[in-house]
Amino acid sequence: MTTTTSISLSVNGKSFERQVEARLLLSDFLRHELGLTGTHVGCEHGVCGACTIQLDREPVRSCLLFAIQAAGHSITTVEGLTDDRNHLHPIQQAFWEAHGLQCGYCTPGILMTMIPFLEQNPNPSEAEIRKALSGNLCRCTGYQHIVDAVSLAAQKMIAIQGDT
Amino acid sequence: MKPASFDYHRPDTLDEALELLNKYGEDAKLLAGGQSLVPAMNFRVVQPAVLIDLNSLRVMDFVRQNGGSLTIGAMTRERRLELDPLIASHLPLLTETMPDIAHPQIRNRGTLGGSLCHADPAAELPVIMLALGARLKARSIETERWIATPDFFKGLFTTDLAPGEILVEIEIPIMGPGIGWSFMEVAPRAGDYALMGVAAVVQLDEAGKCQQARLVYLNAGEGPLEAKTASQSLAGTDLDDSAIKSAAHIASQDEIQPFGNLHASAEFQRHLAYELTIRTLKKANARSGKDRLQ
Repeated sequence: MTTTTSISLSVNGKSFERQVEARLLLSDFLRHELGLTGTHVGCEHGVCGACTIQLDREPVRSCLLFAIQAAGHSITTVEGLTDDRNHLHPIQQAFWEAHGLQCGYCTPGILMTMIPFLEQNPNPSEAEIRKALSGNLCRCTGYQHIVDAVSLAAQKMIAIQGDT
Repeated sequence: MKPASFDYHRPDTLDEALELLNKYGEDAKLLAGGQSLVPAMNFRVVQPAVLIDLNSLRVMDFVRQNGGSLTIGAMTRERRLELDPLIASHLPLLTETMPDIAHPQIRNRGTLGGSLCHADPAAELPVIMLALGARLKARSIETERWIATPDFFKGLFTTDLAPGEILVEIEIPIMGPGIGWSFMEVAPRAGDYALMGVAAVVQLDEAGKCQQARLVYLNAGEGPLEAKTASQSLAGTDLDDSAIKSAAHIASQDEIQPFGNLHASAEFQRHLAYELTIRTLKKANARSGKDRLQ
């Protein structure tokens, strides 16, 4: 018999309550239980970074957390960056403009990692950007356009800060 | 890749956690940051029947100064060790090492106690604890005891903890004046497991000579490895080039026991150890405040 436990948590500002098995990974919970398939699953052992989400605003691997551990916490996924495709988050806009993706598999994890990085380092050097990207694998781009996109995102985010 | 089923407990107090551990014994695994245990569970290399999640024990997440030492709770996240100002001013070797441990996304979850209890010979934190002369406090239902770092690590992924014990805190002597330090490692890519790494700590006497040195290596044996003969060879020297080269030779050729792996032969690991020993000792010497003594 499978034992399940009721958990409630906040995802992208909305509250959810679900019955989960203890062994259900947070990555699978987001995709299969909530239908939030923007969080991608690559290696399932914490190496590739594709499943990176924010737990209480800090980037973490969702494949290395059980959904039951997220009870009572606040999660942000890539779907939480914008709800209007005509008004993308500045980092999404930068990836669009600088061709920061090809297949797009690694992109959500990169966005969820880079946003806190840019909030803490608003004007990073290329070397700092490359170091910050080192926990996210991309098999298409050779990274150059991703570095360019993060650099462009930094400029956009500074410009927005300046306007407010 | 999905973990096998398990019963999950998230105790709110340490006493409750100890009771659960006592009840389930070897069927249970403690879950700290989960950055090594959960991958192993995903691969089903590890299939605990019971998982005791310590993440509600926020009382074990602290950094405090007690006289001449810092005490750090076992559930303190690695990211906090990296950014904590008390650690930065009193244990700069630890601060310097943290960015070499995986990535911020991993350090946001990983804990000091979890890394020490996992006892991976490629891990940085066991090396740093040994280099700094830390001691570790273990609790069981009935007892509490302090364990010196060299006694804590018992081999590959093996510690001195008894089945009913939980590591609760780590006490590390403050790095005082006259101490120089350095940690360096070589990894194929940023955040990867290192092929070789060295922590060097030197203590100068009032005349500016090396009173005591400690060289500790990762991936150089079944646990964090202290090169004792090489370290002792530095005592009484000026940490001049010939003393440093001699110590590097002894450590890399006679003392460390690297296994070699897919990315590096044992011979190449010895070469890295030699070079890193020279570089860390020079940097440690430069940081020891010798200039101020003269």
